[in-house]
Parts: sequence; C-alpha cells; structure tokens
Amino acid sequence: MTDSPTPASATDDGVLLRVVDLVTEFHTDDGVVRAVDQISFDVSSGETLGLVGESGSGKSVTNLTIMGLLPGTAKVPQGSVIYKGRELLACSEKELRAIRGREIAMIFQDPMTSLNPFLRVCRQLTEVLEVHLGMSVADARAASITMLEKVGIPDPAHRIDSYPHELSGGMRQRVMIAMALLCDPSILIADEPTTALDVTIQAQILDLMRELVGAMDTAMILVSHDLGVVAGMADRVVVMYAGKMMEEGPTERIFERPSHPYTLGLLRSIPRLDDTPQERLHSIEGLPPDPANLPPGCPFAPRCPFRMDVCLEEFPVPREVEPGHRIRCHADVGPDDAEAFWTPAEESHGMGTGGMS
Amino acid sequence: MTEKSPSPASQSPLLTVRGLKVHFPVWKGMIFRRKVGAVKAVDGIDLDINSGETLGIVGESGCGKSTTGRALIQLIRPTEGTVRYKDQELTKLTERQLRPLRRDLQMVFQDPYASLNPRMTVGSIISEPIKVHGILTGRQEVQDRVEWLMEVVGLSTRYIRRYPHEFSGGQRQRIGIARALALEPRFIVADEPVSSLDVSVQAQVLNLLMELQERFKLTYLFVAHNLAVVRHISDRVAVMYLGRIVEIAPRDLVFGQPGHPYTIALLSAVPEPNPKKGANQRRVVLQGDVPSPLNPPSGCAFHPRCPFATDECRSLVPHLRELEKGHMVSCHHAEEVQHGGISGVLERVSDRC
Repeated sequence: MTDSPTPASATDDGVLLRVVDLVTEFHTDDGVVRAVDQISFDVSSGETLGLVGESGSGKSVTNLTIMGLLPGTAKVPQGSVIYKGRELLACSEKELRAIRGREIAMIFQDPMTSLNPFLRVCRQLTEVLEVHLGMSVADARAASITMLEKVGIPDPAHRIDSYPHELSGGMRQRVMIAMALLCDPSILIADEPTTALDVTIQAQILDLMRELVGAMDTAMILVSHDLGVVAGMADRVVVMYAGKMMEEGPTERIFERPSHPYTLGLLRSIPRLDDTPQERLHSIEGLPPDPANLPPGCPFAPRCPFRMDVCLEEFPVPREVEPGHRIRCHADVGPDDAEAFWTPAEESHGMGTGGMS
Repeated sequence: MTEKSPSPASQSPLLTVRGLKVHFPVWKGMIFRRKVGAVKAVDGIDLDINSGETLGIVGESGCGKSTTGRALIQLIRPTEGTVRYKDQELTKLTERQLRPLRRDLQMVFQDPYASLNPRMTVGSIISEPIKVHGILTGRQEVQDRVEWLMEVVGLSTRYIRRYPHEFSGGQRQRIGIARALALEPRFIVADEPVSSLDVSVQAQVLNLLMELQERFKLTYLFVAHNLAVVRHISDRVAVMYLGRIVEIAPRDLVFGQPGHPYTIALLSAVPEPNPKKGANQRRVVLQGDVPSPLNPPSGCAFHPRCPFATDECRSLVPHLRELEKGHMVSCHHAEEVQHGGISGVLERVSDRC
C-alpha cells in the first residue's frame, strides 16, 4: 500500500471524521421512527472508536448514514458528517462512490451474505482495486494475493480462486477484511465483525484486526453489542440506547467508572468468568422501548432505578463528568451505585408462591 | 439462589447416556442415490445427568452440542447408543410409547422468533401441550392454568390473547419457557436460550431459569456457546469438540483447573469486559478452523490445532478418563496440560513457532 493519504489532509487537530448532531429518521406506516437522534462523535486518525448498544439502538444506522447507504425511506433532517473537511451528507452519489471503499471501508457482520456467492474471491477483490486505483488485472491480482497473505489466509495464490462457499466462516471474514483494507482506507467501519463467529475464531479475527489497523494506522469505528470485544479493541466508547448517545469517553474510564445508569446496569448484569456462579444476576428490569413510540424525556427512564421526575420530561444535554467523559443523565451515579440493579425475585415479576402440583 | 448440594452418590442419575451417536447420512446422485458418507455430529457420548443439577454443554458451532440435546429427548433419533430415563430405554420406544414421557422431557429453543407459531395466540401456545396430553379438560381449568403459567414466567395475563409478533425477544423466550413448563417436566433441554436476546434482557431470563429450577426442582441440560453464561448457571460442565466430549467436570474444575488444551484455549478466548484485566489477559489463539465432522482427523480430533500433539495423538483416539474424582478428560497429555495451565500451553505454542 503505497499511496496512503497523508496525515496533513486531515484537519489540524487530527480529527478525520466528525459527526455532529446527526439525526436519521425512517418514515414508516407506524409514523416516523428516529433511529439515530442527535449523535455526535469524532474519530481521529489511528483511533478506534467503539459503538456499543443493543439491537435497535441505532449503531448500524449511524454507520449507514456516514457511508450514505441508507434506504429510500430514510431521511437525515439534521446533522452533519464531515470527513477531512468535506460534508458527506452533501456529496453526490458519484462523489460518495469515490470515497466508499477507497477512503472509508466497511466490514459487515455476516461474511456469507456480504460476499457475492457467484463470484470467485479473486474477482471480488480485484474489482475494488481496478475501480478505485485503476490497476491492471494482473497487478490487482498480485496485490490481492499479497493482501490475502496479510490477513492470514494460507496458500493465498490458490485460495484466491475459491468461491465464498468453499471457505469457512473465519476465512470469509478474513476475505472481507482483506477487501476492506485493499485500498488502504483512512477509516474502517466494522459492524459486528465477529458476531457470527465462534469464540476461538473471534479471538483470531480480533487479533488480526488489531494488528492490521495498528500497522496501517487506520482509524476504526467498531460496532458491537459485546462489551468484552469493545473493551479489548477500542480507545474510546460511545454507548447508545434507543438511538441516543448515553455516555461517551475513554474506554478504561467507561468500564472503570461508568457514570450513566444504563452503562452501569449493562456492565453489572453480564455474567463474567469471575463472578459468583448461580447467584441471582443483577438485571435491568423491563424492556428496551419501541422505537416508534419512545417515551418523552430520557428513553431509559422507565427502566432506570435512579429515575427522577425530571427524567420523564426532559432528556438532558451532554455534560462532562471528567475531561473527555460525557453523559446525558440528570442523576449522579458511580460504580458504587450498581447495587441498584439488584432486584429480588419476588419483585422482578409477578411470581406467586406455591408449588406446581 | 441458594447453593445446591450435589446429589448424593447413592442416587441413580435421572438420565444415563451411553455411546450416543448421531450420524447424518450424506447422499449423492439423483437417480442412483447412494450414501457417500456421514456427518458425525455426535460421535460416541457417555453422560450421566443427575436429578436437580444443571449440566452445561459448551463448544463451538458444529461441535454437536445442540444435536446432543435433541437426541437426549429423542427429537432426533440417535444412530447408536442408549438413553435411559426412569428404567426405560428411550431409543427403543416408538413415538406413541414416548408420548407420555414427553411430559417429563421438554425443550426451550434458541430462537424465540422461529419456535412460536405466529398464527397462535399466547394462550393457545401455552395451552396446546396441556390439551394434547389431556392433563386438564375443563375450559376454565385450562385458562386458569395458562394464566398461572404466565405469571410464573413473569408475563402479564393481559397478554393472553396476543400473538407472538407483538412481543420482544425476551418476552417470547418467556412464552417458550411457559410452554415447556406446562406439562410439569422434570428435565428441560435449554438450547442457547439467551443467545438471541439483548444483553440487558439476558440477565432477566437467566434469573428466571434459575428461579424456576429452584422452585420446581428441575434438571437442566443447558447448551450454550457463551462460557460466562454457562459457568454462571451450571453445576457441571461438558466441553464438546467435533462430536465428542473432551472434558466434563464440576464447574469449578473445568473453569479453574482445566485438563484439556481445547478447554484452556476456549476459556482464554473469551473477551474480557474489563480493560484492565483484558490488557493482562493471556490468550491462546488457536490456529486453523474446526475440521469438518464429515471427515474428522485421525486420532484425537483436536490434534491439528493442539500445541501438545504427539504421534500418539495423531494415531490413537483418546478416551475420557478420570483425572481426579468427577473430572473426566479425553487427552493423552491431560496431567501435563492441567499442571501447566495456560502458561504451559503458551510455552508450547511459542516453542512450536
């Protein structure tokens, strides 16, 4: 990879991508669904940003908005996405096409459905190089083989002529990574890159990504619902819930000193390899809200043990709890408050007494 | 949840499994169809499941853990082997003979979206087994029972006439659990019951499963790929690799002093949600992929990925043997592996590089 973009082309403070107050709406039969609501974050060069949240929290839609890959039913009524000083939301499809894959590349969750089953790996890889860099077929093939070798595919000169179905899940995800990194992009967006994989294969792929992203100095947006994956990969974390940013900060601070009740509850309720087995788990009661029918005020308020009256009316603007660590919450909570997520069995749901007879 | 004492040795197991094999034939040819091989999904498993315990089964996809669960309760008929329950040999029974036993042996499925009939209301989903087995006949009795079951699993009885699509994943899983409980079972196979749920809802469902076990004296076979979840809920844990059990022991031994290199690798691959610990986490990154169960490697199926592999491993299939009381491992080098722990494995890995 020779012609990597020079760092000078980034803005002065090293910020490559700046997302400001982004709102993405879907117009559905049930009304307008705000999948992403006022999300802001920066990605600096070489940095890995983790986006954490449950399904429906708007992580993936945020990325699709950045890439300009939203379906026709979606609208972006406000916000901006600035990449190296350019407003991506104002770019034409043609301009975006030059950026996608070349400057900002994406790895999807499911390597089986995101590779074309009818084309050999070779064709799918070389296409990227031919389109974006104008390489000749022979050069593109050689470069692709080099890339496959980098992502740890054994015997790449032969494997490059395989069809996707001939490769295992882990190998397919390696091909996806190779494809994303072929043009040496400045930003790699990885949307749940290991969710479809087994733990031992996940460990391989995460190691590989960490190594490659470090070596090529690529910035990364890593989307995951797995707090463990994010903890091990990200420099900074944005915690999302119901389309909104709940907490943002440096990874160690988020995990060490979670300051938003949702983050606190999430971290407290996952089983860990060093907890006390068979003890009742702490849990966040209730269910995530219906995105078409969000409660007024803070979306987490109905499930929040620290709820105050004001939470039901008003969702606060972000505030700093320590430098670089922001939350959107009225309450002041810290790691010691996690016990609030303890609910005795009788209270958690309407369990009666008496045996089954 | 109070601590459960292990069942006394005098008590005979609830389920006894010997030499269980499930092979799926692979056919070739359209007109002259012939068998060209078999996917050995489960290839010789011995298990005792004690009354009141939770036996966790972990392993990667394709290792045969779900097939094992289904074969135990005869949802898939085993190719070979025996499954004894209450002095009856389940594999020998016809479907009709099995039906009364199905009351005792129930299942909670992985995907709460696919395992509930979208055209039935919650009430009819939960009451169907009650009616099929003729447990209650009066309309009001059935209704009362369904409402009671819904309360037990934490669903409001207001929802009795709703359809599955109106519920979230966690609520659907509660419906599936209520359906499994409807027949007052003794043994429940829970196949990845929380893996399709959101993180914030997983803990609720795990708590529910633990409460129900306590309350109704249930025995669980808990199949999952998430090791932290399995550790949390299980009394004993079996680790499977390519259709065989490679290690089975009480939970603390499997997680504390594993004797199989695969168990060590699996444990070390779990991403640590504490960045401080994560930074010091020592991980064994296994090379290569899980081999195909169509054509498993010779000898020990794990040998191509194992840092301890010797010629013995390449030629001789290891059998489960007792490393210490209740701790069974199928590895020729189990003592050395257990003694060295993760440091030993890592040393081996670096020696080989």
